[in-house]
Amino acid sequence: MIVASHIHVGPIETWATILTVAATAVAGDVLTAGAMRRIGDLDRIRAKSGLGGAVRAVTSSPMFLLGVLSMALSFFSLLFTLSNVAVSLAAPASASLTFLGNAFAAKIFLKENVDRRRWLAAIFVCAGVFLLTK
Amino acid sequence: MKHALTPQRYLILLAVMLTASVGDTLLSHGMTQVGPVTLAHLGLLLAAIRNPWVITGIFCLLGFFASYLTALSWADLTFVLPSTAFGYIVVAFLARFWLHEPITPYRWAGILLIVCGVGFVANGPSLTEHAPEQPATGGSE
Repeated sequence: MIVASHIHVGPIETWATILTVAATAVAGDVLTAGAMRRIGDLDRIRAKSGLGGAVRAVTSSPMFLLGVLSMALSFFSLLFTLSNVAVSLAAPASASLTFLGNAFAAKIFLKENVDRRRWLAAIFVCAGVFLLTK
Repeated sequence: MKHALTPQRYLILLAVMLTASVGDTLLSHGMTQVGPVTLAHLGLLLAAIRNPWVITGIFCLLGFFASYLTALSWADLTFVLPSTAFGYIVVAFLARFWLHEPITPYRWAGILLIVCGVGFVANGPSLTEHAPEQPATGGSE
C-alpha cells in the first residue's frame, strides 16, 4: 500500500487543480439549486407523490442532471487534487473559493438577494476555513 | 424574503453539515492510502473507488446529497452553504477531543469567524421571494 506523505507539484499546477475543483463545484451548486427552485419544495412533493415521485421530479430535470455532471467532475478533480496537493491546503482553499464563487454566482444566475449579511457570512466563513489550516 | 424554518428543517441542515464533514474526512483518509494519482495513471481513480474508506465516504456523501437537495428546495443557496459550514467546527472539535490533536490559536480564530458567519445567515431570511412571473400576453395595465 502506498502512502502519500510528501507530494511536490508546482504552484501553478496546485492552484490550477484547486481552481478546477472550485469552478466545477460552483457550477454544480448553482445548477442544482436552480433545478430545485424550479421543481419546488421536496417535502410537499414527497407528501403528495411519495418518495418515488420526489425522486422522479428531481431526476427528470435536465438542469439537475447537468449540475450532477458538474459535481461529478468536481468530485474527481478533488480526488485528483487530494492525491497531489496536501489536504490541509487543497480542502480549505477549494472550499473557501467555492463559498465566494457561490455568492457571486447565486446573485448573478439565481437572482438571490445576497445582502450585506450574506456577503459577510461568505467572507467570514471563507476566512475562517482558511485559518483552520494554520 | 421569508424565514420559516421548522425543527425538521433544522435537522435537515444538521444532516447536511455532519454527512459532508464525515464524508470528506473518510475520502481524505482513503486517498492517502490509494496514493498519488497523476495524469499518466488516471486508472488509479478507479482503484480509489474500491477502497473501503472511499466507499464509506461516498455513502456519507450520498446522504449529504439527499439532504442538501432537500434543503435547496426550500432555502437559498447563499443561506444553505454558510449554515452548513458549522461542520468545519464539528471536525475541529472531534480532532481536539477525540483524536487529541492540538488546535492552534489560528484555528480557534477560524472557528470564531465561522461561528460569526453562520450567525449572520442563521438569523436572516432563508429564501428570496421572487415576484410571480407575469403572463406574456393578455391582461390590461
